[in-house]
Amino acid sequence: MLNKIKEAIVCLRPGRVTLPYPAQAEPVPENFRGVPRWDGEKCIGCAGCANNCSARAILVLDPCQELRILQYIGSRCTYCGRCAEVCPEKAIVMSNEFEMATAEASDLQQRLDIFMSTCQRCGRCFKGAAVLEGLKMSGYRSDEVGSGRWVYRSRALLEGDAVVDDIPIELD
Amino acid sequence: MLESLCAQMFGRSLWVYHANSGGCNGCDIEVLNVLTPYYDVERFGIKLVGSPRHADAMLCQGPALRATADALRRAYDAMPAPKLVFAIGSCACGGGMWYDSYAVLGPVGKVIPVNFYVPGCPPRPEAIIYGVAVAVGLVDKKAAPVRFKQAEFPIPLYHPDRLHGEGELVIYESPKGV
Repeated sequence: MLNKIKEAIVCLRPGRVTLPYPAQAEPVPENFRGVPRWDGEKCIGCAGCANNCSARAILVLDPCQELRILQYIGSRCTYCGRCAEVCPEKAIVMSNEFEMATAEASDLQQRLDIFMSTCQRCGRCFKGAAVLEGLKMSGYRSDEVGSGRWVYRSRALLEGDAVVDDIPIELD
Repeated sequence: MLESLCAQMFGRSLWVYHANSGGCNGCDIEVLNVLTPYYDVERFGIKLVGSPRHADAMLCQGPALRATADALRRAYDAMPAPKLVFAIGSCACGGGMWYDSYAVLGPVGKVIPVNFYVPGCPPRPEAIIYGVAVAVGLVDKKAAPVRFKQAEFPIPLYHPDRLHGEGELVIYESPKGV
């Protein structure tokens, strides 16, 4: 009996602990990583975020020399924050948003159409930092933006047969 | 007004079944966190049940694996209609980090029809409550696709085939009209 009373007192001590969430939102903790948000004005289209994305949730498609499409597929993003870390222009910030529940997975997508000013000599402007990354990722990228598939190949030229087919890895 | 709000809030209790088809347990813990006194969702009538036959909604965690896809499908078929399926976490929504590995078939949407997506790795308990609130119709969704365009076409196109000349002198012959 005494034990039960003791237990009741222990339970009463903390008082009400239920957070008033739906009525009043608690502020998110510091350093919380929510949805990454792209700043299209700052982005230079280096595709470093795509090369370092662990879930490969960022696709890069070069439909022509002057345009690069960066598409972020939010559905399989793990919010690791690696993209924001490697972005040289700090164009990606991990926002505080987490209430992203939706009935359509396409609501989570972000798409950037970036204008790429081109070098008239070499054609492209950017090279990967690491040797392996450079081999794999330099040149034109052709991920399938529609189906969300990452293509493990890049091309030296846009049309016709590729002059340098950098690394012909066909995984699927 | 209060009456209609109460009818909306407490009209039906949502009993949920929690199905893990190969996740890492992170989302399971967040779902159970939702049921703890801190985020006490039983005040909204949401209750965890042990069998899909008792459930109105299924909370799926983890991707659909080659080994568990059949079991997941059977659990879904065992639920009485009308039924709701929530995909909770990155794995259930989009396949997660290993979406293209051998064992992973992909998101649970490939095996069973998914009604609501709650992304996050793992989603916060608040995000799960928000997802249920979106499903019940208490709040509107906040997520919207973002599209940003830096350049408008037509812009002059460049192709290395149009480079002519040798050595020091290389001339770029621009196509006509551009």
